[in-house]
Amino acid sequence: MSPVLKLIAQRIALGILLLFAVSVLIFAGTQILPGDVAQAILGQSATPESLANLREELGLNDPAWLRYMHWLGGILQGDLGTAMSSGQDIATSIGSRLWNTLFLAFWAAIVSIPLAIILGLLAVRYRNGWVDKLISGLALASTSFPEFFIGYVLVYFFAVKWQIFPGISTVYDGMPFGERMMAIALPATALTLVVLAHMMRMTRAAILNVMQSAYVETAELKGLSAFNVIRRHAFPNAIAPIINVVMLNLAYLIVGVVVVEVIFVYPGMGQYLVDHVTKRDVPVVQAVGLIFAAVYISLNIVADIGAIVANPRLRHPK
Amino acid sequence: MAKAPSRRRSTGEGGTLLDIRNLKIEATVYPPGEAPRKVTIVDNVSLTLQRGKVLGLIGESGAGKSTIGLSSMGFGRGGVRITGGEVILNGRDIMKGSIADFRKLRGNEVCYVAQSAAAAFNPAQRLMDQVVEAALEHGNAKRADAEKRAVALFKKLGLPDPENIGKRFPHQVSGGQLQRVMTAMALCSEPDLIVFDEPTTALDVTTQIDVLAAIKDAIRDTGVAALYITHDLAVVAQVADEIMVLRHGKLVEWGDTRQIIQEPRQEYTNALVSVHHIAHQEKKPGKDPVLSVKNVTAAYGGGVIKVLKNVSVDIHAGQTLAVVGESGSGKSTLARAITGLLPPEQGTISFAGKPLPGRLADRNKDELRQLQMIYQMADVAMNPRQTVGTIIGRPLEFYFGLRGKQRDVRVAELLDKIEMGKGFIDRYPAELSGGQKQRVCIARALAAKPKLIICDEVTSALDPLVANGILKLLLELQAEESVAYLFITHDLATVKSIADSIAVMYRGEVVRYGPKSDVLKPPFDAYTELLLSSVPEMEIGWLEKAIKTRRMESAGN
Repeated sequence: MSPVLKLIAQRIALGILLLFAVSVLIFAGTQILPGDVAQAILGQSATPESLANLREELGLNDPAWLRYMHWLGGILQGDLGTAMSSGQDIATSIGSRLWNTLFLAFWAAIVSIPLAIILGLLAVRYRNGWVDKLISGLALASTSFPEFFIGYVLVYFFAVKWQIFPGISTVYDGMPFGERMMAIALPATALTLVVLAHMMRMTRAAILNVMQSAYVETAELKGLSAFNVIRRHAFPNAIAPIINVVMLNLAYLIVGVVVVEVIFVYPGMGQYLVDHVTKRDVPVVQAVGLIFAAVYISLNIVADIGAIVANPRLRHPK
Repeated sequence: MAKAPSRRRSTGEGGTLLDIRNLKIEATVYPPGEAPRKVTIVDNVSLTLQRGKVLGLIGESGAGKSTIGLSSMGFGRGGVRITGGEVILNGRDIMKGSIADFRKLRGNEVCYVAQSAAAAFNPAQRLMDQVVEAALEHGNAKRADAEKRAVALFKKLGLPDPENIGKRFPHQVSGGQLQRVMTAMALCSEPDLIVFDEPTTALDVTTQIDVLAAIKDAIRDTGVAALYITHDLAVVAQVADEIMVLRHGKLVEWGDTRQIIQEPRQEYTNALVSVHHIAHQEKKPGKDPVLSVKNVTAAYGGGVIKVLKNVSVDIHAGQTLAVVGESGSGKSTLARAITGLLPPEQGTISFAGKPLPGRLADRNKDELRQLQMIYQMADVAMNPRQTVGTIIGRPLEFYFGLRGKQRDVRVAELLDKIEMGKGFIDRYPAELSGGQKQRVCIARALAAKPKLIICDEVTSALDPLVANGILKLLLELQAEESVAYLFITHDLATVKSIADSIAVMYRGEVVRYGPKSDVLKPPFDAYTELLLSSVPEMEIGWLEKAIKTRRMESAGN
């Protein structure tokens, strides 16, 4: 087997192992949370008998490891369990919300990743000049503001004052594409502003690091234009760290949207998670946590694989 | 965009190609804790180069050789600026051109061959793409024609499998081959001038000779002119028609090759020509060796890659064992095994009669103290944020518990020993020259009062005159402190100057071992002969003679 395939197989196997470890942690974590689901469902006035009955019914009296096995067994068969608060199947309710979150993350990524890389390249091309300083300054400023602040500023100007975009991002099934895009314009912008600087700064640093190397001088002494030097010789060698930071930010776009979704009342995973945390709905919290972990781990695997594939020494062994 | 003057191709016609007049090059330096100031790197240097001729630029580091070479392409490395004089190439002053004009001549009229081809190739691109890139960029040839030309050049430069070597990536080719590919890259756009910047310095002597011969043939057959930059007079004597000696950015002497090496007129040139002569009387081995390596076998990758095979050598108190061989022969691995960084799989290492634990972690403080190391790169072997006093004082505190005044007195003594004086005590490494840095490393090793110091290529990164000073210092210190040296080097001239016994290593084995006089006395085994005959000699025509009389090729090919 070629070393690249071997490394990739290793990464995937490690990722799966990690996911199992995370599932144990999530399960254990929700077990030590204070509060009692039966109590939460029935309220303060419930009699001890009805509480005991409900606990029996929900299987809360089984030992923890048995409940974990049941839970894990269900997940492996695609059954995420039922929400305690509403009695609905979790997989069904998550389905459309996960899709909404991915939709938002996708468009935020489509805008932010190329923008960050192009800004990074421009900053390198005009390094230490005013273009570089302006780009870095604006990007850092946008990252330094917390996302709820950016969110409310966007709402204030674009929704309240100028009334270009809706302030509340309601989406529903069968919504026309154009309207849907209008609805996510503001949350997607807020997310873009949050992740932009990190990727742009990393692109700049990675390429500047490569620009010090002897082969970039060789390229300059071949009479190539500054842009070609960066595009052909610097960028391909800076790709691994850039992929890494892009993937980290992509993961953040999916996993870290909680605050932005709540601000814009966007019916995604984050909103769903927050709703059910307040209701102490443990199965939902577990399921959402596991899905977030899976997204995070798989994007990091993609980053690892990208870095492996970008390395000519691994792709073309001696 | 200004229109570039039309190119005149050098088709054997004579005439001046490059005429540099009163060149002045400056840079701004930012010394730590001081205001930035301007320094003059090249001061009032003039030279002319005829078409098809080779001019050697020689001098120590800081002489401005590379800076002058790059000025022929209008290029200043780092913050270097050409501030005065004219650079007339093909009849026009290139310094009057725009950035676009510079771009048109770089990689087109003038090409560059860098010192370390391994670093100068883009690791992410195939060799062929990089070799033809300049020719395509300047519209000199269509891709198919440029590739055909590249293959022809690969063949001329003696590269194996010339048809397919271009499909490889830089890491798939050896250092010597890469240097030849780089030469092919420079020749591919059919320039009028090539700047060779120490093209063989990073190579083993045994590889250097092949690359040198390939470069020389290529220059002769293509009729390209060249500026050949090196610090090694013996190397430049093989390829150059004329030699220019530079020092501190100023011209010292300029003449034809024969005159410079046979009748140097300036004292400095004379010093360069007669550099490697230290008379060293070989000492007879004593009874009990201070370090004895017996049948040591060591491997990397859990025993998969054997790097030392059954190595046995002895070092006697107050004497020097030189370990020579090309890169990859296991010299430095032997040092790693002795210091405990790579525990041997088999065999024993004993120190003053007692066996040393194989692993570094199992050795006690006194065993560590007795054995010190000095490295090739003095730069990176010191913490840049510590002063010389702290660096030398550290082993005094660690091994002897000296503090305060006692420590300072001892540091001053050591600074005296390395001929630097206690004025250096609060300097930082960045403020020292290469030779001074290496002296500080020597003082740090001596501070532990060791019985043995392992010197790993300690003079390889230094200029010949400075290196000579270091060797003399090491010999004096040996006489005073009766410390033994294990001296790892690929430079046979150094070996002749300081060794008492010699071990020649080849592919992990000791192929020849004994007192210096025996090892250097014929009859030789094939490898030792190759090593000895590959050391450039300051003699015109040496290269051709050496190539003709060789019996074997180096392992690097």
